[in-house]
Amino acid sequence: MHKLLTDSPGEQIMLLGNEAIARGAVEAGVAFATTYPGTPSSEISLNLFQMSQESDLYFEYSTNEKVALEVAAAAANSGLRTFCMMKHVGVNVAADPLMTLAYVGVTAGMVILSADDPAMFSSQNEQDNRYYAKFGGLPMLEPSSVAEAKEMIKEAFELSETLKQPVLLRTTTRINHSNAFVTFGEMKERKTKGRFERDPFRCVTVPAVSRNLHVKLLERLDEAQTMAEASGFNLVQGEGPLGIITNGVSFHYAEDAVRDLGIEDRTRILRLGFSNPMPDNMIKEFLKDCEKVLVVEEGEPFMEEAVKASAQEAGIVIPIKGKSPELFSRLSEYDPAMVRETIAAFFGVDYTPAPKLDASDVPEIANRPPNLCSGCSHRATFYAVQKAAQGMDVICPNDIGCYTLGFMPPLSTGDFVICMGSSVSSACGFGQATDQKVIGFIGDSTFFHSGITGLVNAVFNNHNFTLVILENDITAMTGHQPHPGVDMERIGLSGYGRVNIENLVRALGVEHVSVIKPFKVKKSIDTIKEALEFKGVSVVIAQEPCILFARGIKLKKARPFEVTDKCTDHKECINGIACPSFYIEEGRVKIDADTCVGCALCAQICPDNAIRPLKK
Amino acid sequence: METTRLIIVAVGGQGNLLASKVLGEAALIEGVEVRMSEIHGMAQRGGVVESAIVFGDAKSSIISDGEADILLGFEPAETLRAIGRCSANTRVITNTSTLPPFTVGIGKGPYPEVAEIKRVLKEKTAGLVAIDAMALAKEAGSPMSVNIVLLGALIQTGALGFSKESVVEAIRRRTKPAFLEMNLSAFELGFKAAADGVV
Repeated sequence: MHKLLTDSPGEQIMLLGNEAIARGAVEAGVAFATTYPGTPSSEISLNLFQMSQESDLYFEYSTNEKVALEVAAAAANSGLRTFCMMKHVGVNVAADPLMTLAYVGVTAGMVILSADDPAMFSSQNEQDNRYYAKFGGLPMLEPSSVAEAKEMIKEAFELSETLKQPVLLRTTTRINHSNAFVTFGEMKERKTKGRFERDPFRCVTVPAVSRNLHVKLLERLDEAQTMAEASGFNLVQGEGPLGIITNGVSFHYAEDAVRDLGIEDRTRILRLGFSNPMPDNMIKEFLKDCEKVLVVEEGEPFMEEAVKASAQEAGIVIPIKGKSPELFSRLSEYDPAMVRETIAAFFGVDYTPAPKLDASDVPEIANRPPNLCSGCSHRATFYAVQKAAQGMDVICPNDIGCYTLGFMPPLSTGDFVICMGSSVSSACGFGQATDQKVIGFIGDSTFFHSGITGLVNAVFNNHNFTLVILENDITAMTGHQPHPGVDMERIGLSGYGRVNIENLVRALGVEHVSVIKPFKVKKSIDTIKEALEFKGVSVVIAQEPCILFARGIKLKKARPFEVTDKCTDHKECINGIACPSFYIEEGRVKIDADTCVGCALCAQICPDNAIRPLKK
Repeated sequence: METTRLIIVAVGGQGNLLASKVLGEAALIEGVEVRMSEIHGMAQRGGVVESAIVFGDAKSSIISDGEADILLGFEPAETLRAIGRCSANTRVITNTSTLPPFTVGIGKGPYPEVAEIKRVLKEKTAGLVAIDAMALAKEAGSPMSVNIVLLGALIQTGALGFSKESVVEAIRRRTKPAFLEMNLSAFELGFKAAADGVV
């Protein structure tokens, strides 16, 4: 049985934050869950996906976050407890339904999780999604620890059901990807079949209806504020004239700092865990007893601005600071030492940080940047495109996935990346705005997510570019989740349909469609050349499963290659494809047999024909 | 309990996440509070993987630069690269078996001599234990057990204050039955080697 389905209240178990959140949802009796995977949220959905295979919990990987939220919205309006999770930028994709779903509300508990990524460990920006709660009018909870995340999601369902309103649960990477001991609680029974009761004056958002709904949303927010004032998640700790207002992981950094600095007897901390709507009265009460206040929050001055507004209303004139060049930054994430130093500086506490090590004479070490895996088919596709486009002045809009790494030399096939799906639509723009040759790249999962609409646009507006769809049969980057093009039987699951990318592209009206097997190098280059010569929209589909996935399901076995004596040291292999299995020993190129999987890309491009399968 | 802060650095695939989980389980057995954080995502495409483990009373789950009490490095150049996490009071345990980054392998980036790495680490910190964990892992039965060899070395130094028995029990709870014997032998080999590995 899945470890998160164990019905053993009181058991202590070490869980990843994301596992704790999944467990909390199950303890809350969640019946319906949807997502599009994205780091740092991916393990929540992975665990729910696994649990759905062993229970009556419904889970789906939806095509994108907008779809996920709309599917979830229907379930939550049919009386089922529903959970929809995504990474922070996914909420941008889902923002359209989000803003109006807030008007419509729900009939059963619905939690929307936004996993923010300060410091951008695996994201293209570090936007602060607390503003979505304020923007849309959604109650918001923010945990400070792994254990609290599990309890908070249960409360979030209760809160949502009371207010008949979706609740935003906002985490950051340091919650999602931390481990701590968690105590299992009771599991609430799941109600898995609902019924939708017609209610057009709530559910059909024509202007006349929505005008009323907006009024009701504001009433619900007033009610939510009353609840925030009394919520146990908004807590005051300690007494004294030095005030700290904080949230999320920063709360614990601040707690540690106050203890380390020995100012516990002079400091009071207000931790906001129910942070939209803000508990305005509670904040005013807190400020009354403070001489000065420091707001400790990663990201934007979300609380700081609200606290200053509350102070102004209450006529409290004390220094309230947070973001400033001397204190906290809006960039990146916080850490315990910087929070300690900033608190010390702001409150004038005597504190000398421990001397830093002098690292000036540490010898230089080459960086270890991430790289496409040995045997990754994207490398072969990028190489073939580069050869086919030799001599052309090209622009390569790339997209979000492992293949973004193609931007690095020597493959150098990424010039413009902004968000999921942007490769296709920006290719439209580049083709129109310039006379350069435009070659876009998009993965299969990303194509389903938001590449299709761009391609429809290209056909309709008669744009001019080549799109290469990297069909590797899985969502690779986030840890091998399915997508609509995946053969689910291959991973032992039945009951799924399958969308064929080639048929889809042809049906959209793309006139020049070709399919390559990227490890057949010469043939691929020739096929790509033809596509590049076509005036208009051409699509090349590169079909080859992700090597990690293929090996994981035993579809492929490693069959390493070696460099023989025929090598005359052209180094086309190393300089052209930069596979991590190459190394140089005593001036000669070698292949690491432990990591080479035998894709044979290098063997096909070697001018000496010097690379062949390793003889056992 | 006083707070002890441990950083583990490794190259993707070396098994540092399992090592962290074993230490977490050992903390439970020892009755010590523990919080850990790890970095996923892009880092796992052959990049550096770092875990921070905070034992004791502190509430934070990450460790600031200069504040690690112990640095456990699974690859010598990565251990050295993480020197900014150390202070003059930090105890360092490192593997000496190298996994050069790709750029170094193809002759396009510098990789210091292991002797030089050891010299710098010893000079700047409160003590260095350096062992060839890869050789010992192979002796135990598989290169995969390099993580457990290094746990053995860590426990031998006493820097963490955990008993050997607790960690052995944690290994029993956390490893797959098929690998248990190998891991127990790997732990023992690392434990023994650490006594001779003081630089």
